[in-house]
Amino acid sequence: MIQTLFGSLDEKEKPSFLGRMKEAVTRTRENLSERIEQAVAFSKEIDRNTLDELEATLISADLGTTTTREVLTKLREKADRKQIKDVDELKRLLKEEILGILTAAASAQPVQRVEGPPEVILVVGVNGTGKTTTIGKLSQVLRGQGKTVLLCAADTFRAAAIDQLEVWGERTGTEVVRTKPGGDPAAVLFDALQAATARKTDYVIVDTAGRLHNKANLMAELEKMRRTAQRVIAGAPHETLLVMDATTGQNGLQQARLFTQSAGVTGIVLTKLDGTAKGGVVVAISRELGLPVRYVGVGEKATDLLPFDPKEFVESLFN
Amino acid sequence: MFENLQEKLQRTFKALRGQAVLSEENMQEALRELRLALLEADVNFKVVKQFIDQVQAKASGQQVMTALSPGEQVIKIVRDELVEILGKDTAKVKFASQPPTVILMAGLQGSGKTTTSGKLANWLKNGGHRPLLVSVDVYRPAAREQLKVVAQTIKAHIYEGEVGEANTATVERLAKEAKREAVISGCDVLIVDTAGRLHIDDQLMDEMQSLKRLLNPQEILFVADAMTGQDAVNSADEFHKKLTLTGVVLTKLDGDARGGAALSIRQVTGQPIKFIGVGEKYDALEPFHPDRIVSRILGMGDILSLIEKAEQSVDKKKAQEIASRALAGDGFSLEDFRDQLRQVKKMGSIQSLMGMLPSIGPFSGLQKAADKVDEGQINRVEAIINSMTNHERLHHEVINGSRRKRIARGSGTSVQEVNNLLRQYAQMKKMFKQMGKGSFMRRMAGMKFPGM
Repeated sequence: MIQTLFGSLDEKEKPSFLGRMKEAVTRTRENLSERIEQAVAFSKEIDRNTLDELEATLISADLGTTTTREVLTKLREKADRKQIKDVDELKRLLKEEILGILTAAASAQPVQRVEGPPEVILVVGVNGTGKTTTIGKLSQVLRGQGKTVLLCAADTFRAAAIDQLEVWGERTGTEVVRTKPGGDPAAVLFDALQAATARKTDYVIVDTAGRLHNKANLMAELEKMRRTAQRVIAGAPHETLLVMDATTGQNGLQQARLFTQSAGVTGIVLTKLDGTAKGGVVVAISRELGLPVRYVGVGEKATDLLPFDPKEFVESLFN
Repeated sequence: MFENLQEKLQRTFKALRGQAVLSEENMQEALRELRLALLEADVNFKVVKQFIDQVQAKASGQQVMTALSPGEQVIKIVRDELVEILGKDTAKVKFASQPPTVILMAGLQGSGKTTTSGKLANWLKNGGHRPLLVSVDVYRPAAREQLKVVAQTIKAHIYEGEVGEANTATVERLAKEAKREAVISGCDVLIVDTAGRLHIDDQLMDEMQSLKRLLNPQEILFVADAMTGQDAVNSADEFHKKLTLTGVVLTKLDGDARGGAALSIRQVTGQPIKFIGVGEKYDALEPFHPDRIVSRILGMGDILSLIEKAEQSVDKKKAQEIASRALAGDGFSLEDFRDQLRQVKKMGSIQSLMGMLPSIGPFSGLQKAADKVDEGQINRVEAIINSMTNHERLHHEVINGSRRKRIARGSGTSVQEVNNLLRQYAQMKKMFKQMGKGSFMRRMAGMKFPGM
């Protein structure tokens, strides 16, 4: 079943999810399966060339050299053992391999059960990945489920970030707790959490300033925010989402590593998947750090946030 | 995290010592490492393939230079080739003969167009221009407010205008009005910040084309995130096909991404990278230097310059003399110590040396440490040794309490510092002596830097 923050997905929504997921991922002119067809067309047998071509395919999807090599080594072992020379079978095995990595991460990092309201979701990431937009969409999802949501504008740094979140607050009928630009993010977080506790709001979603993961002082600020959250609500933040742009290359791994160190990331939101980028770095992240992808962003509308399903993700890449 | 390419290549070439020519066979392993390094740096795999072929053609048959190891030589070829591709000189902004000059900013969502617009305006202002900013991003919430705040911060002019409906007609109207406003208010450069868009979004790409027709811009800058992966070629290619870009701005280079996208984008568009964004402040925009990004892509800092610098300034013969004397027994005098210090000083400041190392990977800690190094310390140590007599330098054991006082006074330091120096010197000397006796002897004698 599709693992989301909010339990499993409604059956009736499934076709539209599938459709849009597929639309998002197969929009590439030259997609993964096409290239694999090309690769195996040269030879029926799984020879060195075939594997080289497969390698190029995985690398062009941003899986990175290490993950690609590992996946292909395992694929070759299996192929040898099972005497597989058939193209379809090879594809099935490759899918299985990647799927295995993604599902292992999802079960390694299950969604936490939360004692009582509010559940606190901290949203972090480097600059320009789509944190604020994702929060707008997430609040739309939650509001659609009849939950009460409070948005916390803790990006006090970037010009007009607070205004941007407020527009999303209006669009989704959600209140925004804010401070003045340049204010202390931990202070506004404190206020938001107290307000949410008093009102028994179901969810608090915290927007943070985009920051490059190699800036130690900015990362320390996130640590401070976490401590603040814990002081107000034990166990908070219950979920820390790292928002990552699907166009991100191998630096995504380092992002995930360092944000996990400072902010305790529990899941990833992969945004801008409606472009031609495939976001394959999340496979590398799942493999190395065991971090699951929770959602994907496929557009700029409030409804363009979808729960991530590893199976569908891999399927849509290949079909 | 990742091993530096230089080390890898050197390891690869260890087996080849004594081979005089770079051949196809002995290059294979090196090229494999190079390929991995480039892919890890997010250079597009097709671009990598093309590039490797080029390097192979250039390198095979070359005489191995005596000054460089084969590994270093391959790196040199790779570097030269990369710099060649990226363009040797930093590109300039093209200005219109009849103002206003129009600069159109284009790019994907979140690449940093608005911040870069602000930085560019700031840069132009500092260059004596009068830029006018306008945001035609009527789609993203608070995008126009963002540019307004930016403009206020850097005290640049901005045309705000009125937004009715968020559609292409409004975008075109705002652009026209802004250009007129630039003429009226005597601003010589108009920077047009646009909404982020996907290269496959036909409607918004059409809008971009109509903006181009309308404004007739001198520069269409593609703003790209340095962290972009393999997809960089797709977006850059599409933007270039639709708009004929005139240059590229690579943003977020203050991160630790290797920035291989620079090579991919350059390769598919053929347009120069004009600027790089290196921070969140509005002065953090720099002209692009190909050699720096090349070192970064290869993950090796400016190691070649470091090697060059070291070879220029260090008197090898002298160093070897000192080394062999030191290892032979009592020969390492304070005078030798001072010579060593002087050679270090000749190489330049420690910070600038460290700056040539990669700021990422295993070296990141080193650079931070270098910030804390007290350059004055070396000067003080030298001053202390200068204040000694010749006899004292050769026989440190004669330096008693009153001599220490005199030396401290003479060098403008304290007795404590003199004591410290003598203690360190004694330790070093002892270390050398032990090494000389032990099996380290041969290795040490061949070293360029004994004990520093």
